[in-house]
Amino acid sequence: MRLLLVAIVVTLALAIISLFVGVSDVSLGALLSSSPEDRPMQVLLISRIPRTLAIILSGASMAIAGLVMQMVVRNRFVEPSTAGTTESASLGFLTVTLLAPGWPLMAKMGVAALFAMAGTALFLRILRAVPLRDVLLVPLVGIMLGGIIGAVTAFLAYRYGLMASLLAWSMGDFSGILRGRYELLWIGLACAIAAYIAADRFTVAGMGKDFTTNLGLNYQRVMVLGLVIVSVVSAVVLVSVGSIPFLGLIVPNVVSLMVGDNMRRTVPWVAVMGAGFVLACDILGRVVRAPYEIPISVVVGVIGSMVFLYLLLRTRRHAA
Amino acid sequence: MIIANGVTKTYGTECVVDNVTITLPAKGITSIIGPNGAGKSTFLSMVSRLLDMDKGTVTVDGLDVTKAPGDVLARRLSILRQDNHMTARLTVRDLVSFGRYPYSKGRLTIEDKTHIDDAIGYLNLVELEGRYLDELSGGQRQRAFVAMVLCQDTDYVLLDEPLNNLDMKHAMAMMKLLRRAANELGKTVVLVLHDINFASWYSDYIVAMRNGKVAHQGPAEAIIRPDILSDVYDMDIKVHEIGGQRVSLYYE
Repeated sequence: MRLLLVAIVVTLALAIISLFVGVSDVSLGALLSSSPEDRPMQVLLISRIPRTLAIILSGASMAIAGLVMQMVVRNRFVEPSTAGTTESASLGFLTVTLLAPGWPLMAKMGVAALFAMAGTALFLRILRAVPLRDVLLVPLVGIMLGGIIGAVTAFLAYRYGLMASLLAWSMGDFSGILRGRYELLWIGLACAIAAYIAADRFTVAGMGKDFTTNLGLNYQRVMVLGLVIVSVVSAVVLVSVGSIPFLGLIVPNVVSLMVGDNMRRTVPWVAVMGAGFVLACDILGRVVRAPYEIPISVVVGVIGSMVFLYLLLRTRRHAA
Repeated sequence: MIIANGVTKTYGTECVVDNVTITLPAKGITSIIGPNGAGKSTFLSMVSRLLDMDKGTVTVDGLDVTKAPGDVLARRLSILRQDNHMTARLTVRDLVSFGRYPYSKGRLTIEDKTHIDDAIGYLNLVELEGRYLDELSGGQRQRAFVAMVLCQDTDYVLLDEPLNNLDMKHAMAMMKLLRRAANELGKTVVLVLHDINFASWYSDYIVAMRNGKVAHQGPAEAIIRPDILSDVYDMDIKVHEIGGQRVSLYYE
């Protein structure tokens, strides 16, 4: 409990640092010495606060989406980007952009979420058809499925001259976040809260179908609830920020090593560490090549893949 | 009372459980014995609604297991299958606490905590309660699973091979515990057992299955007989009476 408090304080500190890092001069002194209409306060309100909120919301909700997915699939190595979910959301977003470009962002996000659900359901269907003995084969199947869906998306984008915008939205990047362009992410927070409320159900589902049935829960229903949460979060984050790979994978895994898998206990941890991790990566991306920025998907991808490799090798050693 | 009527399960062309109609008595310990592939586990899974049956019905105290609400049944009947692979990293206490889920839906009351402490105590897991399941031996894990099922405090407790992974001492302790649960708490315990001597020693009623059918059933003393056991297992089995208990010898 005390450790969790420490994690919360560190994350808040990162959030405050995040507010004051950037090209434009926003410091306490500048804020106090100028009027609210001047540039520093305007930058803070229009750009910095929305950006920091976007990082916290997407980091926390994406990490929780990964956690929920790992519980319902019962595999440590799945998350929205290793299960075809993110790629399906991307295909959905492209499709709706092509067919109904005039729709509001909320409606487009809804379509992306529906595609994400269908893609994840297909992934689960494949897993049921091919009983996989090896834990690593499950994410491999998901990555292959994601590759196929991604290829379809790329083909469509190529045909209709949307390659550039596809690249722009599928690569996670917070630099475009301004007031009015991140608010959908609050839906992600709502999903995270839903995951916390249903935490015990997900833990029970994580024990397997037989245990779930024995304890009087409808396994299918818990799966569907998990699927909805994961898909909506993936779609919301993809549409507002872009994809942030590995985040949903490494944060829940590290938390699992620290405090186990009882979701009632892990959800706050995963939320705080997800937000903290993305905040740290984002600050790093802004500082390393200042005044230029490295997109968040690159920073998280590099750090995340290293942690992922470590976790993989660790499992191998355990199995041996 | 568990009443199975015409219960059938077919995989492809093979009928694993073939039109089984049987009444399992309430209270006491009933053991299901029989050779490998006799359909014991499949039958138990269908009785406990873990597996859909192709034909037939099962009622537990009048509740149809395929139609009754899941949480109502979960307060009436609990089931533990064999070979439980758990990927979730839970502590022993977490796992046992989830036995109370049908009652508390995750919000544990004082009464729930008493049940949890009792179950952990019964299975001698007090020192292990803070350990993660993946840090335990197979036998310790098996005891933790049984503790969870006992914590569920149901009238009917169904266990598939509960002695799996247990050494002699813990196997004996497990059977004694189940005997106590039946005698003192009035539980109905239904077991699938491979060790016919444990079945003979601790059961009130024995059901012998073979080729998906019930071959014989009756009180323990009516089943633990050389002619019947030899028929069920298709081998020569001698039964000796030692100190008023029947012991089967089948080692040569």
